[in-house]
Amino acid sequence: MTTPAGRAGRYGPYGGRYVPETLIPALDELTDAYAEARADPSFLAEFDALSADYVGRPTPLYRARRFETAAGVGPVYLKREDLNHTGAHKINNTVGQALLARRMGKPRIIAETGAGQHGVATATACALFDMECVVYMGMEDVERQSLNVYRMELLGAEVRPVKSGTRTLKDATNEALRDWVTNVRDTHYIIGSVVGPHPFPMIVRDFQAVIGREARRQILEVEGRLPRSVVACVGGGSNAMGMFHAFVEDGDVALIGVEASGHGLGSGHSSAPLSEGRPGVLHGSLSYLLQDADGQVAPAHSIAAGLDYPGVGPEHSHLLDSGRATYVSVGDAAAQRAFRELPGLEGIIPALETAHALAWVAEAGRRGEIAPPVAICLSGRGDKDVVHVSRLAGVDAGKGSAP
Amino acid sequence: MPPGRIGARFEKLAREGRRGFIPYVTTGFPSLGDTREMVAGLAELGADVIELGIPFSDPMADGPTIQRSSQEALDNGTTVDDMFEVLRDLRRASDVPVVIFSYLNPVYSRGVDAFIREAVEAGADGILPTDLPLGADSELESRILESPLDLVRLVAPTTTPKRIREIALSSQGFVYYVARTGVTGAREELRSALAQEVSAVRSVSPLPVAVGFGVSTPGHARAVGAAADAAVVGSALVNRLAEGGVAAALALAGDLRRALDEAGR
Ligand SMILES: Cc1ncc(COP(=O)(O)O)c(C=O)c1O
Repeated sequence: MTTPAGRAGRYGPYGGRYVPETLIPALDELTDAYAEARADPSFLAEFDALSADYVGRPTPLYRARRFETAAGVGPVYLKREDLNHTGAHKINNTVGQALLARRMGKPRIIAETGAGQHGVATATACALFDMECVVYMGMEDVERQSLNVYRMELLGAEVRPVKSGTRTLKDATNEALRDWVTNVRDTHYIIGSVVGPHPFPMIVRDFQAVIGREARRQILEVEGRLPRSVVACVGGGSNAMGMFHAFVEDGDVALIGVEASGHGLGSGHSSAPLSEGRPGVLHGSLSYLLQDADGQVAPAHSIAAGLDYPGVGPEHSHLLDSGRATYVSVGDAAAQRAFRELPGLEGIIPALETAHALAWVAEAGRRGEIAPPVAICLSGRGDKDVVHVSRLAGVDAGKGSAP
Repeated sequence: MPPGRIGARFEKLAREGRRGFIPYVTTGFPSLGDTREMVAGLAELGADVIELGIPFSDPMADGPTIQRSSQEALDNGTTVDDMFEVLRDLRRASDVPVVIFSYLNPVYSRGVDAFIREAVEAGADGILPTDLPLGADSELESRILESPLDLVRLVAPTTTPKRIREIALSSQGFVYYVARTGVTGAREELRSALAQEVSAVRSVSPLPVAVGFGVSTPGHARAVGAAADAAVVGSALVNRLAEGGVAAALALAGDLRRALDEAGR
């Protein structure tokens, strides 16, 4: 595994531990347990064995030739995190954190989820390790990702719909934090992205960094050179951090994070804090944040439940300020088009979240604004979104049909 | 530094052998006018410190009652400026100590130094940021510590003995002991270990210790008063305000005040 965050969990000025006092001892305990685990060969061996035999790693790096033709840029490689067990990158983190929870002797697990992919991945790890599992999910997401709700229940998890606030990922995270504050003695919180108080952004990044490590080795094997552009979608930022981390020291590799601009930047219906937010404190860390002039957190919007979040991981804020990474954005409509395009081109149905990254590469490729070789993190598969998108398509088609 | 208004109030309480009463109100719930009446009434009936809350969109340390009051206050358009306005109004009539209760982001968003300056000008005596635990941001913490505002710190049941001492030594005004592992909210009962935990905090704290989270009834207030220097009551007052308006909430506050006076004797 890789390097820890710097001084007290800071990435430049970002990160930190802005939480109620009640949680501080648990965060200290987690920091210590994680440091010990990283130094323990048996922990690493068990994690690696599960990653191989259970999760299905390494995932392939696949060259998408028909996508290249459509996008006018190539070579383009897709890092196939959709082929992980449960269908997304999220399980890299949940297996690692469940192992940590077992090591700390915590029998009860809680998680928040947006798209439901992290909830499913958490429920899966809990089934594997025979742990109690409670997943908080915003009411709006329960409705638009109903397949995943049923999957979690099949896996033995209890899904608690959250009806407060915006009824999406932000409020699910608030509820999970309230549960943790209440039950912290016997409960571990498996946070689903590189967000939250230190040490979570570091731990989640480290468990996800396998994505970029593998991709870097794989592309060197087939191309004999590094990619010039590495692209991933950014919700909380875990698949992007996982993909970027191994390339951060490779100065010639452009790191490009794609946020969700929803109805458009400036519309008040977007999820792009790195593009149009300013630094603030939410869910325990300082990072770019969508907020109003009074410091109230602004509601986010994206068609992709997993991107529908007003905050972002603190390491991305630092990568933005330092200029090491670039953040762009793609709206609901373009993401839906990419979601519909890739299946016909490559026989792969991407998650709506991932579709944002694909859409940006296709647009930038057509404009000649992206340098090949390109490596895209295909963070998850889109089965969960099929019902939602087909419903929207029905509505769109109805509106758009000529008389 | 000479003791501020908070320190002076606790010294007076100690001389008189009385226990402090610290009510919490969410600014703007159910309306700004009600908040003005509440704080004026609380000052009049002998509150020792008023915790004036800034409503926040994501109150992760709060239970359903304060979540709802915060949401309703924000839906009414309540702003940080409104809170300062309520405070300035109160100051025309009363010198009751006031602690601003807030999540960090509204303070951070304004700029910490600007916030402190405005708060002091409006007549605030302290600030209690729920999500700024000791050591979270030492640079920001020291800016508050060195300002005229008292930085009131919290100790939780999970806090280690070593850390309790550190918190008690760096808190200002008083130390706030969180009566249970969890979020805010009215409760039927207090935990039986509470008195013992509070005396452990008092034994290392140079400052008075107030107890809050779940303190709901005059009976609770008497029990807390037997162990601690002051009781903080939030959700129970907010509930009463929601159900019966200002008069009902002030009636409960009066009962709590009397219960604490009985505890002190
Ligand atoms: C497939 C997929 N990609 C991306 C994301 C966004 O999360 P992150 O930015 O942490 O990778 C999600 C979140 O649910 C997801 O399910």
